[in-house]
Amino acid sequence: MTSGGRTTRFSLEGLETRPSQTWGGIRLVPLVRDEPIDELRLHRRVYGDDPTVVDVGDGTYYTSYVPHAFVATWAGEEDDASAAYGTRLLEREERGLLPSCMPVRMPRRMARRVSKNRLRFLPLHLAVEGYLALHFGGPEIAWEEWSRRAISSGMSPRVEEAYSGAYVRDLDDALRIFEIHLGQCGVLIYVADSLASAFVVPHPDDYRALHATLVEDLYGELIYQYGLLRPHVPPFGGRVDDASVRSLRDLRAQADRLQREWAGFHDEVMAARLFDGEGSFHLVQYLNECELYRFLPSFRLGQENHIGEAITVGRDEDARLAYLKTFRLSETQVRRGYLLSRLAEYDWHLGRTAEALGQDESALGLRLERAGFGYLLRQDVLDHYRAQARR
Amino acid sequence: MTETFADLIACEDVLMFVNAAITSTGQREFHHTQGQQRLSLSFLHAYMLENYRELYAATLALDINDHNAALIARNLLVSKIDGAEGRLIARRLAMLPPQRVYRLFRDLRAAGVNNRRTRAIMRDWLAARPDLAFDAVKYRGAVKDVVRHAHLTLDDETRAFLFNPHGRKAFETPIFETWRRAHYEHRALYDLPYTVAEGFADKHGIPRKVFLERIEPRMTRLERLRLQENARERKVGAVATDLSAMPLTRLATYTLSLPLDDRVSRREELTTALRAAARRTAGGLAGTWGRVAAVLDDSFSATGSPQKRRRPLAVALAGHFLLEALAGHYTPLWTSGRSDALLLYPYGPTPLGERILDALDGSPHRLIIVSDGWDNAPPGLAGEVLRVWRTRLDPRGRVAITHLNPVYDAADFDVRRLSPAVPTAGIRDAEDLPSLVELARFAEGRAGLAELRAHLDEQVARFLEAA
Repeated sequence: MTSGGRTTRFSLEGLETRPSQTWGGIRLVPLVRDEPIDELRLHRRVYGDDPTVVDVGDGTYYTSYVPHAFVATWAGEEDDASAAYGTRLLEREERGLLPSCMPVRMPRRMARRVSKNRLRFLPLHLAVEGYLALHFGGPEIAWEEWSRRAISSGMSPRVEEAYSGAYVRDLDDALRIFEIHLGQCGVLIYVADSLASAFVVPHPDDYRALHATLVEDLYGELIYQYGLLRPHVPPFGGRVDDASVRSLRDLRAQADRLQREWAGFHDEVMAARLFDGEGSFHLVQYLNECELYRFLPSFRLGQENHIGEAITVGRDEDARLAYLKTFRLSETQVRRGYLLSRLAEYDWHLGRTAEALGQDESALGLRLERAGFGYLLRQDVLDHYRAQARR
Repeated sequence: MTETFADLIACEDVLMFVNAAITSTGQREFHHTQGQQRLSLSFLHAYMLENYRELYAATLALDINDHNAALIARNLLVSKIDGAEGRLIARRLAMLPPQRVYRLFRDLRAAGVNNRRTRAIMRDWLAARPDLAFDAVKYRGAVKDVVRHAHLTLDDETRAFLFNPHGRKAFETPIFETWRRAHYEHRALYDLPYTVAEGFADKHGIPRKVFLERIEPRMTRLERLRLQENARERKVGAVATDLSAMPLTRLATYTLSLPLDDRVSRREELTTALRAAARRTAGGLAGTWGRVAAVLDDSFSATGSPQKRRRPLAVALAGHFLLEALAGHYTPLWTSGRSDALLLYPYGPTPLGERILDALDGSPHRLIIVSDGWDNAPPGLAGEVLRVWRTRLDPRGRVAITHLNPVYDAADFDVRRLSPAVPTAGIRDAEDLPSLVELARFAEGRAGLAELRAHLDEQVARFLEAA
């Protein structure tokens, strides 16, 4: 994994926070752009040939993107549906070069139920597995402790479990009754007032097309549990200060104040851990001034950690966040990520990593095994660690 | 007068029930499913029946909707009943559309309710039908069930038609004879009611276009309105409603059901019809309301549900035209900020607070808010604005503010309120708007139970007298 810098590079600047809408334990916070980003649009294949979807404005944009886990028929054959593996940037009229895909084998009955032109995303564990595998390639230096499999094929295939949005309590209804703002280009999803996912697109039309697919997204086990535990969140209206109101104008000023206070509170407190200042990101693709990044948090234990993908448009200072999709890691995933990131930091050398963590090598080996990474270590090395621990 | 705590609660309960009985139809709404609506509503009915039976029966005399009227009648008939209730039920049933009454009777049959009062009500209602032969054809199964359930005696021919229709070579009653011939003769079916003829048309394989063209004279007014677009698709020009005779809210629903392009091309016709209907509804009150401002909700939640398509928006649109007719000077403010009322569709969030501020800027005499009460941009601002306005800026109530809510909130057992400072009333049809606004002004002064009883008694007396 290449560490390209710090994630403070990303921010929600240019996106205005609007009042949240709540339903049950779900809070949806709309993000509105003053002016949409026209240079980058959803790939036309995503809109499909459905005439009911709004015109994407041919000729005004040059670059398009295909979101991660988006299912489409790229080769033209009906049964040959495949899912985009990792978000990609494409030239607008690019025919030859397709995003890297993985074929989706669906039971025939299921495939038929979904209408041909609907936007579909991979509602499978594959998407998250993909994420982690994309982020962690596996050991770069073949220290002798690592198993042959870890060297040759890295982490993949790893099984990460996540819940489809349909299983998160109230989320489907919350999305259905959500009233999309004019110019809305993104949303932050909170479950029991804990940030579950952030989603930003360049253009309001893209957002309208993709809003309903949020229910097919994946949410970690933590989010699923939170949904069950907290049945209602308060609407956070705020209170007008009676004493300061002498005219309608004062009342209007108070209303503005409430709106500003909410936006400030949200950005500084509720969404504070979305971009981890100590996390890392790396550039995946560059096309026509659009840069696609994947980012990882710092894996601080016991805190919010989001992994995700982002596209920025424009050069250095003018770079604007055009696309963002995050996934909140659950506690066990954070623990795994923590171990992996520490290993990566010390070039996958067990001894040095163990020293940095303040434990001995065998303890680290067993810790890796408990985290589900036992297969990465050579069998005899692992046995040796176990024997040491028994002594 | 000593007003006890129990009296206060009784008073609130009755008002809450009336709001529910005006708005809820037991159908799916934007926020709640049909199951939640029915569960919530049936609880309210059971609660009222147990605790305030007399007041519960008296609500039949109010402008509650047909669904709830039928439910109340059913609940009263299931349990023991006294004379006054019987008269109220009979009077109310006479006002309901026949298909609803037949459905109620069949419900009673299914529930095994066959007391003397029920049989008497069925007998009297059927006896009062203007043309029982017509009913026997149009609602054949239902009439049969009722006759059987209430042990009614019929003349030979009707009995034969209901219970042994193919045993006779010919009927003397013309409509029975037409029905008999329609089994094998195409021409005859065009003399039957539309719903019956439709079944025969299918049996004979008559093309829809031909059928619609020829059955047109037999359609009822609402059937014609409902089938208008269906007929237009098939280029059957004959099915054309005279829009100018339509009630206001229906007309608004119809307008909103049209695609935007159609609304643009028929703007003149639709606007004229809506204005005419509004003037008709306003009657003598037209132009007497002075400066009126209205905050009307056209946010996404005005979509309603598959069962009640755009109903909240239709009520708001009808209210818009009605207020235009009532007011001397009128300022409409739609929540989305759009101004062309004819081209509305549900869209965007609900910034009620901001719009109320805009409306108060114009210093109107009256402010009417038509909204489902889901104020969300930001949430609760409307309540805060109204509270501060009432307590700090206008404690004497110079501006009469009323909130009318077309949606029953199943979770709250009431329509959603914006603020305790402003009266909220449920509304079903925009036609009731003037009377609801007048009533709401009494509610502001917190009427006691004694007053409420007096008001209900008066309504009941007037209701029964009109029979």
